[in-house]
Amino acid sequence: MGSRTVAETIKEITKKHLTENNGLLLGESISAVGWVNNTVPDVSGIVELPMTDIAGAGIAVGISLVGRRPIFVIRFQDFLILNGSPLIFYAAKIKELHGRSAPVFVRAIASDGLGPVHSGVLHSVFMHFPGFRVCSPMTPKEYEAVWDDYMKHDDPFICSEHRASYQNTEELPDIVYDNADITLYAVSLCRFEAVKAASRLLEEGIKCNVVNLLWLKPFVLEQRLIKPLSQTKKGIVVDPCHEISGAARSIAYELSQATGHCVKALGILDKTKCLCAPLQNKSPDAQKIVSVVKEMLGN
Amino acid sequence: MRSKDLGVIKDIAKRTVKDTSLEMFRRMCLVRHFEQGVLNAGQDKFLTYQVYLSSGQEAIPAAVSLAIPNFMIFTQHRCHGTYLSYGGDPVKLRDELLGLPSGTSGGRAGSNCIQCHENGINMFGHHGLIGENVPLGVGAALGSGNPVVCFFGDGAAEEDYVFAAMGFAATHKLPVLFVCEDNNLSILTPVEVRRSWNISEIARSFGMQTEDISDDPWTIYAKIIELKNKLPAFINIRTCRQYWHVGSGVDGPPEWDRFSLVKEELESQGLEGKAESIEKNIKEQMRTLWDPEQLLKLLKR
Repeated sequence: MGSRTVAETIKEITKKHLTENNGLLLGESISAVGWVNNTVPDVSGIVELPMTDIAGAGIAVGISLVGRRPIFVIRFQDFLILNGSPLIFYAAKIKELHGRSAPVFVRAIASDGLGPVHSGVLHSVFMHFPGFRVCSPMTPKEYEAVWDDYMKHDDPFICSEHRASYQNTEELPDIVYDNADITLYAVSLCRFEAVKAASRLLEEGIKCNVVNLLWLKPFVLEQRLIKPLSQTKKGIVVDPCHEISGAARSIAYELSQATGHCVKALGILDKTKCLCAPLQNKSPDAQKIVSVVKEMLGN
Repeated sequence: MRSKDLGVIKDIAKRTVKDTSLEMFRRMCLVRHFEQGVLNAGQDKFLTYQVYLSSGQEAIPAAVSLAIPNFMIFTQHRCHGTYLSYGGDPVKLRDELLGLPSGTSGGRAGSNCIQCHENGINMFGHHGLIGENVPLGVGAALGSGNPVVCFFGDGAAEEDYVFAAMGFAATHKLPVLFVCEDNNLSILTPVEVRRSWNISEIARSFGMQTEDISDDPWTIYAKIIELKNKLPAFINIRTCRQYWHVGSGVDGPPEWDRFSLVKEELESQGLEGKAESIEKNIKEQMRTLWDPEQLLKLLKR
């Protein structure tokens, strides 16, 4: 068991970037109420933006144009819709159009159960547009690896975080059996739920591989992904975005095309995420995953 | 309010160093006659898409580029004039418009998003969302500490993110000069149909020093020399677009023709001969640049 949480890891990385690397961090109300779930250190280099979604993103991109590598904090991923235009239309296009770069690191924070415009998970949207690197780290070491990747490249970066990961200290290795019944490919928050689901199913004699998906774009169909599916011949991609046109369907399609095997997508319903139960339309949980696995196996 | 004489400083043209006046005129000629080549190339089907022409508004980049030559530039969609006035290579702009690999962005970007990062020029174009260059420029000023000029039109001035970025620059006292090239039109919809407020008053309310003048290049030059050490600042410059928002169409003569007015002023100062020589020389350069035989070879037709 590790001792350092994801939140502490983010804080350490940020502190080093701001104090030793001439970096900047921008966001709205950064210093208010817990410093973004205690992920931001109290050091110089923090730019408190006024409530200027769109312009705030543009300012962050402008900083990236002059080599400061800004961290841009989006407290709720739904706000990416407002802040998306400078990211999508400028930062992500400048390399292809002009051969220059705008490496802004977007900390896009997801939640669940906070109502219609504070619970969204939008990484699928940014997978759609050219020019981004998109990933969703859920463990301390993954976050470090992701940060290293950002610093080694010069692309705008969508880091799809989830509040549910912040207190996590554990790494999440793939669970792969020689003779599993099905392979679960899990993204973001759903990775924790997939592990729980696999555990419950094992008690019923159903063996599930659990393959973790950290990188969403570029998405590399490596053997780590293909081999378990080649054995089980059935798979499910579980992701907290809307299932329609979402990451789960996109990745399921790629896996299916690559292997010829049946891969189902499991995301959230084509409904608004309301504030109160039972209409929250939450991310697929262990119970839902168990149910879909059984359905797919005909149990 | 809107007129060719708005805010013009009395006798400023005559009090300006003659070499400066002639250089401003040279830059105006460069834009005007480069774009005449663009128009001809369009008629001859070498260019098969619509471009954003700076003609009619040349006095603004000509004067601004002379007053603040070393600022980082964040320009708007109508940017041929900015690029050429700041010393961008006309060959590379032509090639960009022709979609050639030798263009400013390898022929990938086109008329409304020109960039230039060579020969001491640091110019970022926008990608097609009016006003998007303003927050980008503000961010670049914050990140680098270096002075920035943002060009945008009276339409872009209505974008909420432009306001927000101007306010941010005021709060952080960033070295940004905001230049509104106010041709009174959003495509063809005049300002008075679109809004009841004045962008200069908004800028003033942010605490910025503000000017609202016509596009007399001598006045622009003098005002910017004053403003460049008092940043952030805002200057609204009334001007007249000669052609449509995009493309080569016209809707009758412009309200005023600054190019002719500048020539008349130079003539009144006894600079007619030098001005004619400058214009003749530029015309010849541009004729060569846009020679149809050469274009056929470049496009391998």
